[in-house]
Amino acid sequence: MNRYNLTIHQAHQLLKKRELSSLELTRAVLERIARVEKKVHAFVTVTEDEALHQAAQADERIRGGEITPLTGVPVLIKDNICTKAVTTTCSSRMLENFVPPYDATVVEKLRDAGMVMVGKGNMDEFAMGSSNEHSAFFPTCNPWDLERVPGGSSGGPAVGVATGEAVYAIGSDTGGSIRQPAGFCNVVGMKPTYGRVSRYGLVAFASSLDQVGPLTRDVTDSALVMNTIAGYDPRDSTSANYPVPDYTESLIPDLKGLNLGVPREYFLEGMQRGVEETMRSAIAALEELGATVDWEVSLPHTKYGLSAYYIIAPSEAMANLARYDGVKYGFSYDGESMWDDMEKTRGYGFGPEVKRRIILGTYALSAGYYDAYYLKAQKVRTLIRREFEQAFERYDALITPTSPTVPFKIGEKVDDPLQMYLSDVCTLPINIAGIPGISIPAGFCDGLPVGMQILGKPFSEEMLLRIGFAYEQANGWWERRPQLEKGSAVAGDLKRG
Amino acid sequence: MKLSREDVLHLATLCRLGLSEEEIERLQEQLSHILENFEVMQQVDTSDVPPTAYPIPLENVVREDEVAPSLPQSDILANAPHQEEGYFRVKVVLEQ
Repeated sequence: MNRYNLTIHQAHQLLKKRELSSLELTRAVLERIARVEKKVHAFVTVTEDEALHQAAQADERIRGGEITPLTGVPVLIKDNICTKAVTTTCSSRMLENFVPPYDATVVEKLRDAGMVMVGKGNMDEFAMGSSNEHSAFFPTCNPWDLERVPGGSSGGPAVGVATGEAVYAIGSDTGGSIRQPAGFCNVVGMKPTYGRVSRYGLVAFASSLDQVGPLTRDVTDSALVMNTIAGYDPRDSTSANYPVPDYTESLIPDLKGLNLGVPREYFLEGMQRGVEETMRSAIAALEELGATVDWEVSLPHTKYGLSAYYIIAPSEAMANLARYDGVKYGFSYDGESMWDDMEKTRGYGFGPEVKRRIILGTYALSAGYYDAYYLKAQKVRTLIRREFEQAFERYDALITPTSPTVPFKIGEKVDDPLQMYLSDVCTLPINIAGIPGISIPAGFCDGLPVGMQILGKPFSEEMLLRIGFAYEQANGWWERRPQLEKGSAVAGDLKRG
Repeated sequence: MKLSREDVLHLATLCRLGLSEEEIERLQEQLSHILENFEVMQQVDTSDVPPTAYPIPLENVVREDEVAPSLPQSDILANAPHQEEGYFRVKVVLEQ
């Protein structure tokens, strides 16, 4: 097997036995980047020199007998997570030259574990989007079909893991931004419970919905990254002061005694037939592993999730993005007056989707509309949350598709915001409720990946990992890698700038 | 809900967002379409339902007010587009 295709736990075994050095592994990954990056555009920045330096440090640490499961294993970090002295652009003109003076807590934790960072991952601008087409620099391409989107907003991180341009990645998920691209690229993507992972240093989008999480090749790797990044952080007052278990202990390969529910509202009208069929056989496989499956669960408020989300998220975004005024950092326009500077800074610095959401959020919060939109959405939020609470009194987990379709064509939905929003219809309610969700590879439909989403009550990440692990052990979908070298068309060579 | 051109301009002023003529027109059309679709939310009976601001129960989080190191001024100003003598520099705010 090519070194760049190793999982974290496979690489760790070799590093520990000194059959492989971090430098060798890092070089293999950097060579892979040099070969495939011009086809997929997963990176905003490749940090080759720093990576080699960190790999040498990791090797020294390993020689000293001090190794953790993540020591010396190359990672790709989404470009909205602050990395000290390395630009953090949010794939926006606004932050194109922004160099953070500090590390996000997750990055600090990875550094302590012996991080080797190979670069920063491309994304939809400020994490607003479902296809990576809203990056201000260039779109990322799906490695399974370069004419299709990789999903978003963590498209770069998902593609990096799928292609071997990194062994694992860290993303953020506000309405599906880890799970949907993971599903579209045949990798594992975990959105932990709201508050499980610190968001200090994550550039804020919608503060009551944002959460940081891992994108990995398999479920074991997801557990290993969670072991390192989860936990309370006094610098994030919304982080949960709740004990962190050893997530690898939940990796049991059978599902005996578990009650699973399949909410029928997630098999919606207009869903792609092949996705539905793939999901039905994946769920049948869970039954074979010993789980009892109730196929007739109903969560009737699901259909209001999309509207509630697209009122709440833009309202919070509008407030969070008020800080980009051209004064403290970021792009700054030099115009006629202070107000002219500010309006033009924001007018030129933000792309179309960000502007759309700022205006939408401003509308929902403005005098006369607040009760009808923002407050109403918050009340609907309560109902969606309660519905999940009630379901988890009866079921250990719920199973749904991650997305109603396979990856769509680049350009197909970019001019129709509502169609684009619908691509996240299965993932949004999970952020609204604050519960954890994981997407795992569940098969293919016309050669394109289909993701299965597993949902649980707050702080039940262990249950999700257990179900994902059992499924993965019995079905080898995760082992399939996209063939970038032969036959696939090279996408337009869009360069930054 | 149909948004007028004046509605979009008013919103743009509230959030200090410069928009081109083309953007104003496009936003007027797109936002009207989006809001029309969100009308479905009004069907939900939410009388006696309290709003949720955060998905996990959280009251005001307080901590001891302890002195701790913070970033040096030069680090904070390093990304500033315009600075002068340790301050962020902006154009005149209140004109005479």
